[in-house]
Amino acid sequence: MNETPILQTENLTYVYQKGTSSEVTAIRDVSIEIRQGELVGVIGHTGSGKSTLIEHFNALKKGTSGRVLLDGNDVWADKSKIRAVRFRVGVCFQYPEYQLFEETVAKDIAFGPHNMGLPQEEIDRRVKEALQNVGLSEDYAEKSPFDLSGGEKRRVAIAGIMAMEPQVLVLDEPCAGLDPQGRATVLQMIADYRKKTGCTVLLVTHSMEDAAAIADRILVMNQSRVAFFDTVDAVFAHAEELQTMGLDIPQMTQLMLSLREKGYDVPVNLYTVQQVYDALLPRWKGGTHRAQ
Amino acid sequence: MLSDITIGQYYKAQSVVHRMDARMKLILTVLFIVIIFLCRNFFSLAVMFVLTAVSILLSRVPFRMFFKSLKPIIPIILITAILNIFYISRGTELFSWWKITVTTGGLFTALFMAIRIICLIMVSSLLTYTTVPTLLTDAIERLLSPLKVFHISVHTLAMMMTLALRFIPTLIEEIDRITNAQKARGADFESGKFIQRVKAMIPVLIPLFVSAFRRAYELSFAMTCRCYHGGDGRTRMKQMKLSAVDFVALAIFLVALAGVIVLNHFFTSLI
Repeated sequence: MNETPILQTENLTYVYQKGTSSEVTAIRDVSIEIRQGELVGVIGHTGSGKSTLIEHFNALKKGTSGRVLLDGNDVWADKSKIRAVRFRVGVCFQYPEYQLFEETVAKDIAFGPHNMGLPQEEIDRRVKEALQNVGLSEDYAEKSPFDLSGGEKRRVAIAGIMAMEPQVLVLDEPCAGLDPQGRATVLQMIADYRKKTGCTVLLVTHSMEDAAAIADRILVMNQSRVAFFDTVDAVFAHAEELQTMGLDIPQMTQLMLSLREKGYDVPVNLYTVQQVYDALLPRWKGGTHRAQ
Repeated sequence: MLSDITIGQYYKAQSVVHRMDARMKLILTVLFIVIIFLCRNFFSLAVMFVLTAVSILLSRVPFRMFFKSLKPIIPIILITAILNIFYISRGTELFSWWKITVTTGGLFTALFMAIRIICLIMVSSLLTYTTVPTLLTDAIERLLSPLKVFHISVHTLAMMMTLALRFIPTLIEEIDRITNAQKARGADFESGKFIQRVKAMIPVLIPLFVSAFRRAYELSFAMTCRCYHGGDGRTRMKQMKLSAVDFVALAIFLVALAGVIVLNHFFTSLI
């Protein structure tokens, strides 16, 4: 692990429409550190402030108070370098398919690299690679993005961010509105991309299962504050609290919780079938262990 | 920038003005505009100024909001005032240099015009701040309903206005979202020459139009599903009723009208 965190926030607070009757504090006093190369799942209920938080990471929003540090430097330190920050922290927003505008898929993916002022050969290389990363064949390059299916549009939009080759890739609900197979494809795509490039990834989602499946650490936002920020295991140890926050915990964790309610002394921070299998089988073989 | 748009912006509060019937508010706003153009001197203008101030105080909408709606008009007010100062030569001369002469008459007229425009803007923003847009278009529909005699489809016009107003905030949100998404890809909207800036808008405008058409189709589909077929035989969920407050307000405005006419008659006119 690297000494300085790649991305860091210090007491970050953001207030919408400050000074009017509809003033809302979206995030309050958020201080987190994201390490180089890790995959962080950002989880929270609708309106918990997770989307507002990520808009701070690439300096689209400036905190009402507090700072955001990228590689130890305040992103707002030099206003003329804001765009450079956005190339280093690539943010892909919710329903990114609605940002497509070019005539062809290749041109749309090239929009980011083009804005970076890269030479044409480099842009072509990146477009090719980005298409590969999202699992689309090169036949797609010359198609109109408006002729694609919803899932394909989504992947083209994600490729548009990947083509900038950011150090930190932030994806806001990349699986929203996709069918189970589409979800699995996108998640796998993100995991593969990270393995290949070693870049830091932040995955915003409200599905605990998605986060548990690929994340190293999980950041839980609740009512505009950071509720937990820890390893997957440690976060799921708080399964009951997560439930009171209105988050749907993985089915296996739920099973363990109900077992515990029935009086069995079992760990609750399990979230895959394999883990549960490993934990329960020895007990079953050794007879009943009813805790009193 | 976009959040500065105050058209159709409603400010939620509990006040007499908010409770008034939208039709009466609309009529009174028009009446106010008529009266303020009848004013001929500072005394009658003062009556309207007090009326504006009292209405604003009663509405419980903070003054800051009115200043916000006034801000874009400030250049117009200044230009009007400056032109009046230099073009009108009446009363005593204050100073003159080269071809420019400034007179007391000019100064007074400039001040008069400025106050008049400010009052106008304040009262019309008061209408939108205190009335929900849908109620406002509803009121327009009802007030214009006599036009049906001339086979004008007032209902369709009102529905179009309602939908247009309803979608202003949605589209602003959409623009914000798309702008952010393109900024995240390094789009630059702030620098460059005029042509470059217009070109920079393309990545925002195309997705915006695409989604506006998508919304239009979805909405018309949803309306058809709920058997919408225009205004014929359509009844209303909310009935509008005039209450005592509305009549009191009307009476106050009529007294103001009478006052303005009397004051115009007794004092020398300024313009």
